[in-house]
Amino acid sequence: MTSISEIRFILIQNRAGKTRLAKWYMQFDDDEKQKLIEEVHAVVTVRDAKHTNFVEVRDKSFRNFKIIYRRYAGLYFCICVDVTDNNLAYLEGIHNFVEVLNEYFHNVCELDLVFNFYKVYTVVDEMFLAGEIRETSQTKVLKQLLMLQSLE
Amino acid sequence: MPAVSKGDGMRGLAVFISDIRNCKSKEAEIKRINKELANIRSKFKGDKALDGYSKKKYVCKLLFIFLLGHDIDFGHMEAVNLLSSNKYTEKQIGYLFISVLVNSNSELIRLINNAIKNDLSSRNPTFMCLALHCIANVGSREMAEAFASEIPRILVAGDTMDSVKQSAALCLLRLYKTSPDLVLMGEWTSRVVHLLNDQHMGVVTAAISLITCLSQKNPDEFKTCVSLAVSRLSRIVSSASTDLQDYTYYFVPAPWLSCKLLRLLQCYPPPEDGAVKGRLVECLETILNKAQEPPKSKKVQHSNAKNAILFEAISLIIHYDSEPNLLVRACNQLGQFLQHRETNLRYLALESMCTLASSEFSHEAVKTHIETVINALKTERDVSVRQRAADLLYAMCDRSNAKQIVAEMLSYLETADYSIREEMVLKVAILAEKYAVDYSWYVDTILNLIRIAGDYVSEEVWYRVIQIVINRDDVQGYAAKTVFEALQAPACHENMVKVGGYILGEFGNLIAGDPRSSPLVQFNLLHSKFHLCSVPTRALLLSAYIKFINLFPETKATIQEVLRCDSQIRNSDVELQQRAVEYLKLSSIASTDVLATVLEEMPPFPERESSILAKLKKKKGPGAVSVTELEDSKREGGELNGGGDRGQDTATMAASNASTPSPSADLLGIRSTAPLGAAPASAGSLLVDVFSEAGPTAPSAAVNDDGFLRFVCKNNGVLFENQLLQIGIKSEYRQNLGRMYLFYGNKTSVQFASFTTTVSCPGELQSQLNVQTKPVEPLVEGGAQIQQVLNIECLTDFSDAPLLNIKFRYGGALQNLTLKLPVTINKFFQPTEMTSHDFFQRWKQLSQPQQEAQKIFKANNSMDTEVLKAKLLGLGTALLDNVDPNPENYVCAGVIQTKSQQVGCLLRLEPNAQAQVQHTDSPERVSHNYSSIPNFLHYLSPYSVNI
Repeated sequence: MTSISEIRFILIQNRAGKTRLAKWYMQFDDDEKQKLIEEVHAVVTVRDAKHTNFVEVRDKSFRNFKIIYRRYAGLYFCICVDVTDNNLAYLEGIHNFVEVLNEYFHNVCELDLVFNFYKVYTVVDEMFLAGEIRETSQTKVLKQLLMLQSLE
Repeated sequence: MPAVSKGDGMRGLAVFISDIRNCKSKEAEIKRINKELANIRSKFKGDKALDGYSKKKYVCKLLFIFLLGHDIDFGHMEAVNLLSSNKYTEKQIGYLFISVLVNSNSELIRLINNAIKNDLSSRNPTFMCLALHCIANVGSREMAEAFASEIPRILVAGDTMDSVKQSAALCLLRLYKTSPDLVLMGEWTSRVVHLLNDQHMGVVTAAISLITCLSQKNPDEFKTCVSLAVSRLSRIVSSASTDLQDYTYYFVPAPWLSCKLLRLLQCYPPPEDGAVKGRLVECLETILNKAQEPPKSKKVQHSNAKNAILFEAISLIIHYDSEPNLLVRACNQLGQFLQHRETNLRYLALESMCTLASSEFSHEAVKTHIETVINALKTERDVSVRQRAADLLYAMCDRSNAKQIVAEMLSYLETADYSIREEMVLKVAILAEKYAVDYSWYVDTILNLIRIAGDYVSEEVWYRVIQIVINRDDVQGYAAKTVFEALQAPACHENMVKVGGYILGEFGNLIAGDPRSSPLVQFNLLHSKFHLCSVPTRALLLSAYIKFINLFPETKATIQEVLRCDSQIRNSDVELQQRAVEYLKLSSIASTDVLATVLEEMPPFPERESSILAKLKKKKGPGAVSVTELEDSKREGGELNGGGDRGQDTATMAASNASTPSPSADLLGIRSTAPLGAAPASAGSLLVDVFSEAGPTAPSAAVNDDGFLRFVCKNNGVLFENQLLQIGIKSEYRQNLGRMYLFYGNKTSVQFASFTTTVSCPGELQSQLNVQTKPVEPLVEGGAQIQQVLNIECLTDFSDAPLLNIKFRYGGALQNLTLKLPVTINKFFQPTEMTSHDFFQRWKQLSQPQQEAQKIFKANNSMDTEVLKAKLLGLGTALLDNVDPNPENYVCAGVIQTKSQQVGCLLRLEPNAQAQVQHTDSPERVSHNYSSIPNFLHYLSPYSVNI
């Protein structure tokens, strides 16, 4: 029996550990969130290209979770899921998301995410909702975002 | 293509963000933020009404400040106002603020829910989606109460837009996860399942997550999804790479949907319908075939997407574990990946092969890759890959390759990463024990373990070697000789000294004939380590010395001399001092006979589950067996041989075992803990089963059930109380469902840390009762109370009670407590009124022996009518007046509601005031054996008259 698959959180961090997006799909209190953010930064930034894109963290606070991450220039896109979840599906889920951001912001860079943080949430909600993948078609997502962009 | 410029729309916001970014120091940033907060506050308080744009801008700034990590304690009302704007951008910011800064103010919640309600009924798909996303993001109970019945309607309505359907499906999923009791699918079930056929792939992608979750909880109701999922999968898999257009990702058709479909199928056994099964096998074969085809693109995205489906298909093949052909093909495919240049693939192949190793069909195929795996263990750069290689070696180990694998693991240990050493040590210890053909190999292996990784050899490991040596007389001489040699090393690990002290104290006589290891040589060797050891080890050594006096009278004078010296007899450690004094006295006054009796050889330990295995299971996560006794045995550390008191020693040793009491011929006692349903196909599979998380919980011997009986007839009260903690209960039951609120009150003024609670259904209760809950906050402040909600579903008749285990740290000390939760079968009673005629007619029909239980018991107190009545009502039945011709008797009727069936139950209580005896009859209207009713009569007996 597989356990319930679900994204625990999505984090975008830069190399210095600054959070550019934090989207939580489970109840964590503020201290836990801060701890997780630091923990993810610590485990992800020490890894290089020869390592896998997956880290299982045995720490008490995320037991049974794993981080699936991918680095784009100075930004780490991290998704935390159940250990039984499909690694490659989420790895490509990240890439799909990044390609949408890239189209939407026209060659996205870190500053786009800073100045338009409230729009990034909209992009996330279009593609991931309630800890699940909602829409995977880049065409459909971008069409919807364009429509929203045209609204006042 | 859309492109967004920096902070378009809200110039003020962009300026503010730039200012913050330009701040040179944290102080400057805080100053700038405080200035902005003051500005926003004055705008919000000002006389002039703000227009929508300004409100949006300020709320957005507040949000930005919050996301920087600062507290925000105002602006909620303005955000709520934005919700009722009819401009999308204003509404969006309002909803975003609410989702990120959830507030529990009830007045606000009412307003928010009102706005959501309006948007849901607006028929404007954009607004509906915003509202649904807000519910999905917040997912609070209040929202579930308000909208759980509305959302299924939106989801299945014919005129709902596709994008709204997607959001509604996932929104419902979130509510189902947080408040399953409020989401009643019932009439919607079939229409939701048929969303798998929806022509919009996005709708299918979203809906399938909901369906998967619901199927896990109610497999029978959703089982029609299997054939639908298979045909959907088949259409995707057989489509050309361009057929699905928008849903083709790097030439792979709908990879995420395919994975989700394969995952949904893993909730079910293989399809029974031959045609469906045939179609599915075809799909799986196609997926395996595609893995062999040349790639359509060199991009990693292409191969990742393709392999995501492949790995999910392999998971399904492993889950079915019934198609030898597919299993072996899967194994071969993974074998190729083991040597792939992509680290990700090597890692995933190792991981997936680990589960394949447990299948009887593929175990041998997995074993053929042993050299590659050993090589991975030696050469992989990423520790997590090496960890997987070690896991796989462990999983593929059986009698034929145990010596090779153990040797490789031992040599890897010398350089292994610290993070995985302890687990490696446990694995080596288990394999060595499980596949030991001759025990001298086992002893060598464990002593090697201590030599190589002594720091990581936990108590369980060296306790275990001692247990085995004591229980197997054919290995005792060899053990004594080997440990004696190991102790010759100038620097040996303290764990080695412990094992050495214990074994020589017991069996030193077996090697004493050799002048090179004469009694005095042995003693001097041990004593040369004494001063380097910690107190527990010294205590153990002192016990070994007194055993020496018994074994070898010629050492008596020397040892007494040692005991008598100031550093022993006046040792500042009270334990050591006491041992020195007592042993000295014992050796001086006791006759040889008395000494021989007191210091007799340790009796064999009862064979139980290996303590090491229990430890490994525990390490593997919360679902595993949690053995509370291990904690205790740890604290008692070096007292193995303590005090010359064998009774106590045995207890300490036994306590390090898990409490599975069945004696077993199997050395490890593994068989007694293997999950009942698991087919013990091969040794390897067995071990993996045990290693998996799903091991049955051995109930702790120290279950506290004091409070339990008091709750048979009542639902609320204090379940448990000691000086630290009070646990209160409130519970309510309706039909076969129940909800229990547990209140944990910290009675001290000190914080409880690492506060965790685990509810488990031991043994067969697992399949009888479904108890769900969420983890509680790990910190409980002094004087504070936290609440936990349990949702309980009675699936079928049960007689055991769920266990609640509570662990926390209080001032550094670990507190561990296990209580029986008062969930008894009578909680699911529905009272039934009936006439005297009906009652007796039914009563007479229930004449089979298994339909009736009778109990005569003595009343402990006077039989007060009102008290008795209250008890019987508390039991959950209806108390029927004017039914029994004898007015002294009490007559009750009720129906026990379980998910699988309803059981009518009639009850008569006949008090006999003179004899203070009560007489209960309880026939039941069931045809098969129904065992719980007599059980709760048993509860009733001492308590019906005893408040």
